[in-house]
Amino acid sequence: MPDVVVTDKKVLEIVAAHAHLEGALLPILHSVQAAFGFVPREAIPTIATALNLSRAEVYGVVSFYHDFGEKPLGRRVVKLCRAEACQATGGNELAMHALKHFGIGWNETTGDGAVTIKAVYCLGFCSVAPAALVDGSPMGRLTAEKLIDAVEGNT
Amino acid sequence: MIRIFVPGDAASLAVGAEAVVAAVRHRASALGLRYSIVRTGSRGLHWLEPLVEVETSGGRLGYGPLESGDVDDALVQGRAHAKCVGLVDQHPWLMRQTRVTFARCGITDPLSVSDFQLFGGWKGLEAAKAMGAAATLDLVTKSGLRGRGGAGFPTGVKWKSAAEAKGDCKYVVCNADEGDSGTFADRMILEGDPFSLIEGMAIAAFAIGARRGFVYSRSEYPHANLCFSKALDLARANRVLGTGFDIELRVGAGAYVCGEETALLESLEGKRGQVRAKPPLPVHKGLFGKPTVVNNVLSLATVPWIVSNGFEAYAQLGSDRSRGTMPIQLGGNVKHSGLFEAPFGMTLGELVYDIGGGTASGRPVRAVQCGGPLGAYFPQALFDTVYDYEAFAARDGLIGHGGVVVFDDTVDMAAQARFAMEFCAIESCGKCTPCRIGSTRGVEVIDRILNGDKRDMNVALLKDLCRTLKLGSLCALGGFTPYPVLSALTHFPEDFVGREHGRAAE
Repeated sequence: MPDVVVTDKKVLEIVAAHAHLEGALLPILHSVQAAFGFVPREAIPTIATALNLSRAEVYGVVSFYHDFGEKPLGRRVVKLCRAEACQATGGNELAMHALKHFGIGWNETTGDGAVTIKAVYCLGFCSVAPAALVDGSPMGRLTAEKLIDAVEGNT
Repeated sequence: MIRIFVPGDAASLAVGAEAVVAAVRHRASALGLRYSIVRTGSRGLHWLEPLVEVETSGGRLGYGPLESGDVDDALVQGRAHAKCVGLVDQHPWLMRQTRVTFARCGITDPLSVSDFQLFGGWKGLEAAKAMGAAATLDLVTKSGLRGRGGAGFPTGVKWKSAAEAKGDCKYVVCNADEGDSGTFADRMILEGDPFSLIEGMAIAAFAIGARRGFVYSRSEYPHANLCFSKALDLARANRVLGTGFDIELRVGAGAYVCGEETALLESLEGKRGQVRAKPPLPVHKGLFGKPTVVNNVLSLATVPWIVSNGFEAYAQLGSDRSRGTMPIQLGGNVKHSGLFEAPFGMTLGELVYDIGGGTASGRPVRAVQCGGPLGAYFPQALFDTVYDYEAFAARDGLIGHGGVVVFDDTVDMAAQARFAMEFCAIESCGKCTPCRIGSTRGVEVIDRILNGDKRDMNVALLKDLCRTLKLGSLCALGGFTPYPVLSALTHFPEDFVGREHGRAAE
């Protein structure tokens, strides 16, 4: 796992790259999340100053959205759908099996930092359910075995 | 030159389209064929995905659902094959549809401007500019088009209000935050016919006098966002955008409530996605306080067809006050899953059985949830309900964004009701008390019912709580969560018997 070195420089670069946008905070936070794997606490005052917002306002936005984390995610990130179409096709059982296999709960990361399983509510694959995104790659007509193979096969 | 069409739609990728494409290339090259592969959107016959089409003298022959091992010499040359489904254009599932919004989807290369033009693209925008803004507003109003995001508000009326609103800066915002479970039509347009949305937004901007547009999509749709970004670049290169009107793609960050239009506007402004009290309406004070039209992807993508074909052609389709077609999305435990676009007016039973073919598991259908996570569960007894806005409302349901999710007889409806409350609690923006607190209390009350704790009293309490949510919430998240809960309780009371009354312990 790469060293997460929070530098004002990187955050300021990101802020500068988005400075021309109207309502730039979400695009900035997406970029910070992509650059560091999470939104470091240290980034918040820098962003706040640059956008002329209070730290509380920036933190309020970070904490509101499920995508922005305050801790690094696992090396492999599974977004597993919990919504109704996936429930109708055995998604609950699949999810319980997978969580048990990795020994984690929803939105948790394994102790060795290998895998995070995030709950999502609909990926738009309701016609090929159950479904997941594994590191952004779509998987449909999923079984617990297929999911575990996909996660462990390329680790 | 043989043209071979393979969907690049994310649902097709999810079931192995890339491996199939690799096999097609390998096989065709080994045979020394002169061929080209065209990546299309999806036709919407998702149970047949990955569905490969090979161009023959008679038309495009389909093969599906394919695995890479199915790809052989006969297939890549468009010959007989065990998985051949015949000419795709003549497939009964497509023949029964009326494709308006999805006329091009699955047929063309979504990122080919020449394909788009060949199949009627930009004609609506040209016609709008020729007839002028006032006539365009009039035409969209007369077509009877209603917002396809779920609320069903007349699109033309909304546009007129924004056009009449004072202000030199106005916005067109496309709501592509398709968070409703069971729905994927917006995603299919973003991936399968993105220029239709761009054209629709350009028409809206022309009609109301806006120079800036935003598409607010979701982080759960990475493929759609990539495809739509490329389409925006191509539209700029072709000077459809960037000459008086431009569109920016924004991506949400995993908050369901941002599909609500005022929460979406807050999010676009860089704030927490909290719902605003209305009035003022977005058409008067919307994005950054400016007059703003917020429309769903499907509403906007349908406009070019209406403008180029005339309002009569659209208005003559449909039933009662629901005019035109609805892209219906069949998902969950259903045999023939996918996108079925048809005029309003079929019954729910026809959709589930004639079109959907019943369950994929082969077990009896027990319940169908229509309209996303805030939509009611319909039992068999209500399958005669006509698929339109008013008929569904009359049965305490909603068609919403057109999702239809089928469950077989293994479903536990009390668990579904509990999930609806749990989902509301997870996704509540926290602004109003009924939604923020009521959803968590709802989970607890359902748990008490299932534990056999003062069942009758807690059932009464649950009904009362639902009434509070329905009447007291600021937006549809809290306001509609009672639909799945109460419909489950009303139509499937046997699932709400406490465990000491014979309900199996889990």
